[in-house]
Amino acid sequence: MKNIARVAVFVVAGAFALYGITRGEVAVVFSKAVNICLECIGLG
Amino acid sequence: MGKIKQSIKRKIFQIAAFGFSNAHLMNFKGGRIYKGKWKDFCSPGLNCYSCPAASFSCPIGALQAVNGSMEFNFSFYVTGLLLAFGVIFGRGICGWFCPFGLFQELLHKIPVPKFKLWKGFLYLKYIILVVFVFILPIAVTNFMGMGKPAFCQFICPAGTLEGGIPLLSTHPELRQTIGSLFSLKMFILIVTIACCIFIYRFFCKALCPLGAIYGIMNKVSIYHLEIDKDKCVDCGKCQNICKMEVNPVDKPNSAECIRCGECVHACPKNALYLGFNLSSKKTAQTQKTAPVQNKGKI
Repeated sequence: MKNIARVAVFVVAGAFALYGITRGEVAVVFSKAVNICLECIGLG
Repeated sequence: MGKIKQSIKRKIFQIAAFGFSNAHLMNFKGGRIYKGKWKDFCSPGLNCYSCPAASFSCPIGALQAVNGSMEFNFSFYVTGLLLAFGVIFGRGICGWFCPFGLFQELLHKIPVPKFKLWKGFLYLKYIILVVFVFILPIAVTNFMGMGKPAFCQFICPAGTLEGGIPLLSTHPELRQTIGSLFSLKMFILIVTIACCIFIYRFFCKALCPLGAIYGIMNKVSIYHLEIDKDKCVDCGKCQNICKMEVNPVDKPNSAECIRCGECVHACPKNALYLGFNLSSKKTAQTQKTAPVQNKGKI
């Protein structure tokens, strides 16, 4: 039963990640990560 | 001897993971941040992407960035990555890979009296996850429809420590914009550091939204803890040694267990197994054979 749950979560994880990549979320992640995040460093 | 080897092995792995997550140490000198393609990917552990040395994106920061973006309200990409990390390792990522977890463990080595955390605080990280990582970035937006990363902005001490202090040290123009928000974040950082000295992994237990996610995944993760109840004599040694205040006999896959393995090596009856074995009855017989043999040689 646990193994079925693991496989199910893995399939959902893969599907989510692929869907997110195809709709362009990686570009949003990248653009946030390569600029100094003023919120993260306390400058808001 | 087996216990010493386990803790040293884990510390070596944690230091290597810290170096892997923060490979660009030379950036501290110039106050730059890495802008290469590896930042398309999220580090499994909590590591601010505004840290000059950071190699990857922070998963919690990335989650908020997409949740609060103009184009999207939910990040399938980052959620998928976190589910994948979680179903494989569960909170083993906290115990073996997270740079901020390593930092907290080193703080806890300062020799002062140690305390336990009141159990009620354990639920705070789930509230932080729901409110600050999901609801606020989606619901509180500006006129352009963009939300702010509320956990990063108001709470995250890792961002203050790894990004704020190094960058403000090397960018005088940024120092001119320091205000009450920075004071709040410094206060939270100082309180977190102080609490970590007295309480083992205080941030992991009470505040970390990433730990909250991986903790839920502990129930199904491939890397898991099992107990052989036929061998267990209820001596309590596993519970006594657990710094995350888990009872491995009652809850081997507790959401608080960071899979450090200390309980496995404390067990005098080899009743605990920690590993990737998917077959439910393969327990410590196979895992502790080598240390038992070594005991004879000593």
